[in-house]
Amino acid sequence: MKFDTPATTNPIDQLKVIGKPTSRIDGPLKTTGTAPYAYERHDVVPDQVYGYVVGAGIAKGRIASLSVAEAKAVPGVLAVVTHETAGKLGKGKRNAAPLLGGPEIAHYHQAVALVVAESFEQARAAANLVRVEYRKTDGAFDLARAKDAMGDSAEHKKEDSVVGDFAAAFAAAPVKLDETYSTPDETHAMMEPHASIAAWQGDRLTVWTSNQMIDWAATDLAETLKMPKEKVRVISPFVGGGFGGKLFLRADTLLAALGARAAGRPVKVALPRPMMANNTTHRPATIQRVRIGATADGRITAIAHESWSGNLPDGKPETATDQTRLLYAGANRLSGTRLAHLDLPEGNAMRAPGEAPGLMVLEIAMDEMAERLKIDPVEFRILNDTQVDPEKPERPFSQRQLVQCLRTGAERFGWSKRSAEPARMREGRWLVGIGMAAAFRNNLLTKSAARVRLDKRGVVTVETDMTDIGTGSYTIIAQTAAEMMGVGLDRVVVRLGDSSFPASAGSGGQWGANNSTAGVYAACVKLREAVAQKLGFNSADAQFADGQVGSGNRRVPLAQAAGDGELTAEDGIEYGDLDKKAQQSTFGAHFVEVGVDAATAEIRVRRMLAVCAAGRILNPLSARSQVIGAMTMGVGAALMEELAVDTRGGFFVNHDLASYEVPVHADIPHQEVIFLDETDPMSSPMKAKGVGELGLCGVGAAIANAVYNATGVRVRDYPVTLDKLIDRMPPIG
Amino acid sequence: MHQPGDLDVTRRGVLMGTAATIALTAGSFPVPAEAAIGDAAPQQTLTPVTSTVSFTVNGRDHDLTLDTRTTLLDALREQLHVTGPKKGCDHGQCGACTVLVDGRRINSCLSLAVMHQGDSITTIEGLGMPDRMHPMQAAFVKHDGYQCGYCTPGQICSAVAVLKEIEAGIPSHVSADLMAAPKLTADELRERMSGNICRCGAYSNIVDAITEVAGREA
Repeated sequence: MKFDTPATTNPIDQLKVIGKPTSRIDGPLKTTGTAPYAYERHDVVPDQVYGYVVGAGIAKGRIASLSVAEAKAVPGVLAVVTHETAGKLGKGKRNAAPLLGGPEIAHYHQAVALVVAESFEQARAAANLVRVEYRKTDGAFDLARAKDAMGDSAEHKKEDSVVGDFAAAFAAAPVKLDETYSTPDETHAMMEPHASIAAWQGDRLTVWTSNQMIDWAATDLAETLKMPKEKVRVISPFVGGGFGGKLFLRADTLLAALGARAAGRPVKVALPRPMMANNTTHRPATIQRVRIGATADGRITAIAHESWSGNLPDGKPETATDQTRLLYAGANRLSGTRLAHLDLPEGNAMRAPGEAPGLMVLEIAMDEMAERLKIDPVEFRILNDTQVDPEKPERPFSQRQLVQCLRTGAERFGWSKRSAEPARMREGRWLVGIGMAAAFRNNLLTKSAARVRLDKRGVVTVETDMTDIGTGSYTIIAQTAAEMMGVGLDRVVVRLGDSSFPASAGSGGQWGANNSTAGVYAACVKLREAVAQKLGFNSADAQFADGQVGSGNRRVPLAQAAGDGELTAEDGIEYGDLDKKAQQSTFGAHFVEVGVDAATAEIRVRRMLAVCAAGRILNPLSARSQVIGAMTMGVGAALMEELAVDTRGGFFVNHDLASYEVPVHADIPHQEVIFLDETDPMSSPMKAKGVGELGLCGVGAAIANAVYNATGVRVRDYPVTLDKLIDRMPPIG
Repeated sequence: MHQPGDLDVTRRGVLMGTAATIALTAGSFPVPAEAAIGDAAPQQTLTPVTSTVSFTVNGRDHDLTLDTRTTLLDALREQLHVTGPKKGCDHGQCGACTVLVDGRRINSCLSLAVMHQGDSITTIEGLGMPDRMHPMQAAFVKHDGYQCGYCTPGQICSAVAVLKEIEAGIPSHVSADLMAAPKLTADELRERMSGNICRCGAYSNIVDAITEVAGREA
């Protein structure tokens, strides 16, 4: 189905199932421990054995010598895979560094060997006996130094986005800000480590894994193993969190496949937790400079946002300036990223890539600018709202309710009680502050297909390679099929995460919900036509409701259409240029109250509210969970998360869950979410947009701004930890 | 109802109340006959040392012969195929492997299987299955107290144990009065649940779920 004109009324608009808060259909499995994750698939293939990964002990250089003899001598060891034995491997275009290193080492903890043994304990012990001698070479690991080395060279500014004359307008602005901020490297730290089981049948390979993007995984696994994609099957029905860390083929999958080939047995591999931060991808650190110039009455006339980040040679920059091109008005604009070469592990997407670190910075700058202008921060943002793409004024937004989000949030949160002057609110030992930030994230359209089947019991089965990484895909896909076919949720079966199913949008970039359900919508439209034809209805007139198909006075049970054999339909959604004609984005506003201990500068988040305008909300229950989960990750980003870089050794030091701190129960208060009523007919027949990343966008800055409001101490270097406050705290009185 | 004076303060109980990530081990400690202490020749250490151990899991008796390096978590997951307890970190940092041993919660990854001779182990599967769910499991579904589901078995096992710990009068770091019966407040629940990480960030909903179950039981 080609979607190239705005949606009109369609069966989804009935809202009998769609739009209702619906408990997850996979809930009973997940809460009883019976949802099968990759490493647990004892059921799928017999005689599984265990692989244990050996990671490189240096950040850059070469393997000088490699000895596996001692490891192979360990009882139970079946095979050891290294670059010397793996055969010639390709590299998927989505991987910056080879997943199996050697002789060249591209980054610390890059896999250099897999030991396969009868038991996990044997494999782990033997892995410690793989002897690797390295020849180290110097690498670049320090972003600030790399930025200084780049200087002001025009070479890095070739792709800047420029509108008007920023320099002149900024110079002429009566009120201005020019500040530099930083955000640290972060790790996804999903609860389920990367894990795969691989089994060969002749030249055919099946992997049971944990991956957000089934088709990418199958494509890149085939590419890396230099085999036809048709002979690779990837299965991933349950994913224990991803946040971008499982977008790509990673070492667990490749090594399980190589280990299984070497051992002649199915092999299961999980990345040990302490290896994940350096072996896999991470959100790159940024240094960002923001300049804003405004008239005395608060209208932005000049805005510039530059961001420096580093990556391996084939890596990309963190796109932290993207939102600044679209969020606020202003005639003179400049934005661009500068990419340094660093030899740290690969930087890549982590939840809301670009906007998460970008808004952490831009929305502090807006708070600072409002203070300089002596304008309320909410009003300052409203004053500079734009209903058109500021770079291309002929392009409107399809929907843009930023102002409504800000006003609703301010009213619901009690913003008017905030003291504009910082460090004025005190409750016992606590300095209390309130902060806010705008939220913004684009809505991305990408094709997505599904197959639907109707059987003689009237059960509708949906099959698509879409994944559910905690996002609620199972449930919203079931809701979509139920709404379209006029049946209850108990009559719908959803099967996900299998490359033998039609290729979907997958889970990433908050594009999963809208695109994957639109694909299911398209397949259901086809199935409705087949049903109508089978039952002798004109498909344009046929109503699907209550398990029946009807037109005029005639009603026939839906199941009857499959009475003499299952009906199957397959289709997908493909998009025209609606997203070129109008900008599709999602908007929100975050409001946060913190308490900062007047003596110790300990920061506690006390209240959080997010107001979101993100198209039709397909399932308010799971959508709310996506937003509160993102807000929680935002607390981590604001207050604690930081991969500490050893700039001599070239690795992330705090590479486990004891030393890389993420929010725990005690850090998170009750959270409120409000969804504004919105449908976006430009997005898809579902009229929905993404929401899973919007909740993270801006929340860190809202917290940082609240800390400033509580204490009067402005921290521009995330995370905002007490050591950065303590020597500048107001006197205790 | 517990009175403050009833409080049976044991060192073990206090430890349990203060940090959910502390693994406590119980039961006898069989010394395997093959593992002669002091016999440190490298070749010897390469050969797995095995030992027998017997315990019950969700009411079923198991007699196992295990590599003594096997954690309770791996014995459950890899030997018995009881995969409800999850391996999130294998280092006692995340709580996904939480199970109940003789009614008390532990991180099963921090405990060797052979240390559990005679113990009664309850995993998430023992609390309830899809066709007969425990009230805590049902409350997690109702309040959407999970997303990806990987930390969920540990969260639920911890939640069930937390309510018992509060009922037993075991204080926590946030209890204002160590000698008074701890209250069933959100702060108490958050403190006691803090050894169970949920990266999807369902904490607010989890506290709602536990509060509902606690209210029903009270």
